[in-house]
Amino acid sequence: MSDVLLSLKGLTKAYPGVVANDHVSFDIGVGEVHALLGENGAGKSTLVKMIYGLVKPDSGEMVLNDAPYMPAEPRAARADGIAMVFQHFSLFDALNVAENIALGMENPPPMRDLAQRIKSVSENYGLPLDPFRAVGDLSAGERQRVEIIRCLLQDPKLLIMDEPTSVLTPQEVEILFQTLRKLKSEGTSILYISHKLEEIRSLCDFATILRLGQNVGACVPRDTSARDMAEMMVGAALKTPERGGRDLGPVALSIRGLSVPAPSAFGTALKDVTLTVHKGEILGIGGVAGNGQDELLSVLSGEVLCAPGEVLLHGDAIGQMNPTKRRKLGVLAAPEERLGHAAAPDMSLTENALLTGSVRQGLETRGMINWSRAKGFAEAVIAGFDVRTPGPGNAARSLSGGNLQKFVIGREVLQDPDVLVVNQPTWGVDAAAAAAIRQALLDLAAKGAAVICISQDLDELMEISDNFAALNEGRLSNPRSTQGLTVDEIGLMMGGAHGMEVAHV
Amino acid sequence: MDLSAINPVQLIAFLMVAATPVLLAAIGELVVEKSGVLNLGVEGMMITGAIAGFAATVETGSPTIGFIAAAVAGALLSCLFVVLTQFALANQVASGLALTLFGLGLSALLGQSYVGVKPPATAKIDIPVLTDLPVIGPILFNHDLMVYFGIALVAATWAVLKYSRAGLVLRAVGESHDAAHALGYKVVRIRILAILFGGACAGLGGAYISLIRVPQWTEGMTAGIGWIALALVVFASWKPWRALLGAYLFGGVTVVQLNLQAAGVAIPVEYLAMSPYLITIVVLVILSADKSSAPAALGRAFHASR
Repeated sequence: MSDVLLSLKGLTKAYPGVVANDHVSFDIGVGEVHALLGENGAGKSTLVKMIYGLVKPDSGEMVLNDAPYMPAEPRAARADGIAMVFQHFSLFDALNVAENIALGMENPPPMRDLAQRIKSVSENYGLPLDPFRAVGDLSAGERQRVEIIRCLLQDPKLLIMDEPTSVLTPQEVEILFQTLRKLKSEGTSILYISHKLEEIRSLCDFATILRLGQNVGACVPRDTSARDMAEMMVGAALKTPERGGRDLGPVALSIRGLSVPAPSAFGTALKDVTLTVHKGEILGIGGVAGNGQDELLSVLSGEVLCAPGEVLLHGDAIGQMNPTKRRKLGVLAAPEERLGHAAAPDMSLTENALLTGSVRQGLETRGMINWSRAKGFAEAVIAGFDVRTPGPGNAARSLSGGNLQKFVIGREVLQDPDVLVVNQPTWGVDAAAAAAIRQALLDLAAKGAAVICISQDLDELMEISDNFAALNEGRLSNPRSTQGLTVDEIGLMMGGAHGMEVAHV
Repeated sequence: MDLSAINPVQLIAFLMVAATPVLLAAIGELVVEKSGVLNLGVEGMMITGAIAGFAATVETGSPTIGFIAAAVAGALLSCLFVVLTQFALANQVASGLALTLFGLGLSALLGQSYVGVKPPATAKIDIPVLTDLPVIGPILFNHDLMVYFGIALVAATWAVLKYSRAGLVLRAVGESHDAAHALGYKVVRIRILAILFGGACAGLGGAYISLIRVPQWTEGMTAGIGWIALALVVFASWKPWRALLGAYLFGGVTVVQLNLQAAGVAIPVEYLAMSPYLITIVVLVILSADKSSAPAALGRAFHASR
């Protein structure tokens, strides 16, 4: 093994009610690609924030190149050669590429010189970029380039990447990996956070696994199977959702040639979308975030209205119906954003259950709310989906992301929908809860409902859906059966590398 | 009715005077909003600046000290807004409205003994030759220093926002405070400085009304100019030069309607009096087709949790 660049010793950080990191120790070698594995909430993000100076550890120490290292702020970390590419991009939409990069540097040169350097570095690493384009107009892959180049301009010794591929197509991932391998060959260490195990197996030299804030093991990813790594992350044997053979029934819902203008300046317009889903079918819709997922859900749920004939339910035009009318007919939706869209954060679970359930569950009569029935419905959801909460009187905000997600999905599933539309049903949910949610969707389809599952998790879509289609810049590809669909084909359906130039390294 | 009594040269000269209070307040609020904070207390800070400047000038006899006192008073009042919104994380809209009500009440209290007092006059610049030029002289070279200060402030704000690093950081904070925080910028500190700057500018604008434009003290004399300044910022799409344009339009219509009143035009005075507000807003609404330039984090509270 090469020399040690950064050594973490007993790092501990506690937040009220939860220990995010509990005596975590490991070493990162020079020129090593080190993976940090763990489920959501395992403490990966907190750990790298400590390395990057955003969070101060309660105890423990770090040693960088044989010298004690304890950055008080990101500025100090950057000065010591630590750079970070964030999970949710830390970019400013309204500013251009060069301005965004200047903001991440200590002493940026004048704009014109900076633009020149951006050009040369980006071409050197096979990540071409125009310094004067507004970041809001860039694709997800290009935005990530901005972040990476911002880091590379400071000649980092350690590059931290937090879930870099969650927004990329398989082809874009390959371009990124070529760049990372080139960096590694030049002696840069990379701390790579992800829960995509196959990627880690192909890229990383060494992996440290966190569970509930503790370092629970290490492995060499090349020599370890993805399943073994997953079980180390979860700490238990994984239960794969069971999928019974299903027969597709008649068409439940269809969209024909639907175009909808973008709802906002940085939104996506839907262009000529055609879609059919049968009873008993799960239609998986993939694609990189921001390619029209939210817009498609709004059209299906009735938040955005269109011409009557553009959305058909059992052959009847429902394009002009609002969400309540559609709910009455059996078209239910669970949007992606839990707090604020799928649930009202400060209202109790009972009130939240009432908000979408009142029509189908008969929770109100002549405008008066039947609170006892509403409470009963909320309790049914809590019991049926193993939502961990003291009771239905608790505010939605007080639940953890995974628990709230189970509640949001359960609330719709228990209303016995004819058509259920879900967006990112397992985003930010731990593996066990995710498996439970997927099983619920499969059971629902087995009972004859049509399910449209929009997700960015390709593995999830491959696991549960019968047919797969991809959204790319507001266009929906033709659906293909998931039987025998390869990753390469999926990538091409998602728009390939989005016309990004392939790295020449 | 005698329209010939209206002198176009004097009209333009007065226009610049009438526009200066709203211009000063607007440019201050523009900086505040660029940093992502919505301070609806402009009216309250203006009127506080108006009485503070008026009192200081009457007591010391120096308009310069008066303007400095006005800026300090405006900034001090905005400190209240800082405490409410940046530390207590109170709702910015409610806090701003409270600031306006508080400023109106406070100024009325402080100003009781100044009603009817005449302040010392503020000197106008007098450059030999230039000031005596026909037409151009009275329009460009015969004002008090604050008129030029206002224009210079617009130019400086524009240049700082566009070209300097400080301006870039300010805009970044207004675009996404989370991202700016992640990069290690002091979001709260930057916003506090912007709010204080906005308060000082509003105070100056208020003092300009009580010391030069009117010059006397009456309760509630800002008469909604703070609200016009707020509207100006939005409809100017957060662009300094467009705010200047809007301010001059407002000032122009104000002066014209005053002249029309004096000339005895047969339109009820109430209609004439409302016309500057109406026309400014209508024109700016038409101009502001691109609302995309609003700072993305405008009005959102920031707390560095986790």
